[in-house]
Amino acid sequence: MSTPEQNAPVQTAGAAEESRPSLSALLLDPSFWADWASVVGLVGLVIVFGIAQPVFLSIANLQALLLAAAILVVLSIGQTFVVATAGIDLSLAAAVMLGAIILGLVNAAGWGIFLACVLAVLATSAVGFLNGVLITAGKIPDFVVTLGTLSGITGLGLILSGGEPTMVGSTFLLKLASGSFGPFGYPVWVAIAAVIVAHIALYHTRFGVHLLATGGQVESAGALGIRTNRVKIAAYTISGFCAGIASLLLVARIGSAEPLINTSLLLNSVAAVVLGGVSLFGGRASILGPAIGALMLTALVNGLTLLSVSAFYQPLAVGAIVVLAALIMRYQK
Amino acid sequence: MSATHHIPSSDAILACEGLSKHFGGIRAFTDVAFQARRGEVTAVIGDNGAGKSTLIRCLVGVHVPDGGEIFFDGRPRPFANPDEARKAGIETVHQNLALIDELTVAQNLFLNREIVRRIGPIALLDRKAMREQARAMLSRLSINMPSVNQRVRRLSGGQRQAISICRAAGSGAKLVVMDEPTAALGVQETGNVEALIRRLREQEVSVILVSHNFDQVRRLSDQIWVMRAGRMVATVRSSETTGNELVALVTGAA
Ligand SMILES: Nc1ncnc2c1ncn2[C@@H]1O[C@H](COP(=O)(O)OP(=O)(O)OP(=O)(O)O)[C@@H](O)[C@H]1O
Ligand SMILES: [Mg+2]
Repeated sequence: MSTPEQNAPVQTAGAAEESRPSLSALLLDPSFWADWASVVGLVGLVIVFGIAQPVFLSIANLQALLLAAAILVVLSIGQTFVVATAGIDLSLAAAVMLGAIILGLVNAAGWGIFLACVLAVLATSAVGFLNGVLITAGKIPDFVVTLGTLSGITGLGLILSGGEPTMVGSTFLLKLASGSFGPFGYPVWVAIAAVIVAHIALYHTRFGVHLLATGGQVESAGALGIRTNRVKIAAYTISGFCAGIASLLLVARIGSAEPLINTSLLLNSVAAVVLGGVSLFGGRASILGPAIGALMLTALVNGLTLLSVSAFYQPLAVGAIVVLAALIMRYQK
Repeated sequence: MSATHHIPSSDAILACEGLSKHFGGIRAFTDVAFQARRGEVTAVIGDNGAGKSTLIRCLVGVHVPDGGEIFFDGRPRPFANPDEARKAGIETVHQNLALIDELTVAQNLFLNREIVRRIGPIALLDRKAMREQARAMLSRLSINMPSVNQRVRRLSGGQRQAISICRAAGSGAKLVVMDEPTAALGVQETGNVEALIRRLREQEVSVILVSHNFDQVRRLSDQIWVMRAGRMVATVRSSETTGNELVALVTGAA
């Protein structure tokens, strides 16, 4: 007679999972492709574009690509924290605009560029905090709240700026945009720092575990004493903070603060999160995945431009890739 | 039959008086008085929907009751939320609110009680220590788990139940509350949990046990409380009752 635990089917299945599957089994497993979608996509794009247009692989183009990706990487990180709680932040790109306008106005008022940057980041963080409070304390669905703040911020930005762009001629921002350290420009280093800090916060702190628990099963997390509302508010505040950092990078890059919302930033931040294997149902997230997803989307636009494909086709390509990625995600473990 | 008065209140580790809870128009329970004595195993029985789980959730801070008083160690209004209940030394195995599917076994065992290392102002998770202690906790309760790094989603109902019992019992709590802990378990695993409850009692840990198994309740508990349709209808010493009497109390056929 064998004891029950020796022949319990579930436990043998569990034991099998611990042993390493063979490479061919791994390559045939759809969940492998789902988990690594952004890496596979990036490698695929680099190969295709590299063959079709060798300039794509030149050091100068790769550096430009990374520089162009920095803003989206930072935004995707913010979106990741929100999506990990099973939410979504639709006000992200509008918050970037608000941050830029506040930066421009405070700087133009002669209060100094540092104060301008700090106030911009504080304002976007406050928008995130407000989102979180309305969603949790107000018990309003996330997309309704963030759609509302998207509209509210748009109006606020137009009112504050009078609909006019503000030139920001600051040597600090000029250095930030054009300076470099080692192989990368400063914006790339900002994005790298954001990835490292976010990765540590997600995987190596209590907050990170509580964030995933809140996104996974909010009631169970609450029954174990996790303050799930605070966790959600923190996630939206982080998203707002990332929008603030992105607004600094944006103003530095274009040299002025424009009362315009770049909606493709919002769509691409969600797309990068999906490509990065983060579950839109919450509870499952990584930072490297969305960061690589953001790189991949930027590489797509960069490569299509080099191939002289009309800019009109770029949103179409991004949309197709995101839907494809979402289809693959259905096979995720 | 109601024998509440013969238990001196100073003995109670957790008690309530006049407790009520409604969900919209649904009455979960009304005007419930209950107490669990220190160092005893206190059982709560009753048919499906009688209000047992909701009572437990009110007692450990998950739900806020509509009215009435709760006392822990004689102190009124003890917990505003489950975190305070856990910090006061109450661990609960909830009937449905148990594990986070996407987290690993070790992460679930240490959820909201993570071990951290401090590096200056930053507290980082000590994942290695948690994995090792998780293995030790599981093996102490002879729970068979392929790996503590496995996501809980893949585990069987019994394994999941075992983890949530392990989390509650393995942490040095003063009071362990278990809502139908053996409902999903096989014969041998049920035996393990019953042995665990006896061991907790020997270590003078108080236990509140919700169960539908009257034989189990009579074997394990010191005092039995009976709920019927949202009311606490009776309480008896386990040694002085019979299975037939419990059936009669639960169904109201007495
Ligand atoms: N969160 C809730 N929202 C609405 N109604 C609820 C909620 N929780 C419990 N109820 C209702 O309260 C009543 C008591 O439920 P409860 O879960 O406490 O019963 P129980 O005695 O634990 O039953 P069982 O033996 O089946 O576990 C039921 O009518 C149930 O539908
Ligand atoms: Mg119940």
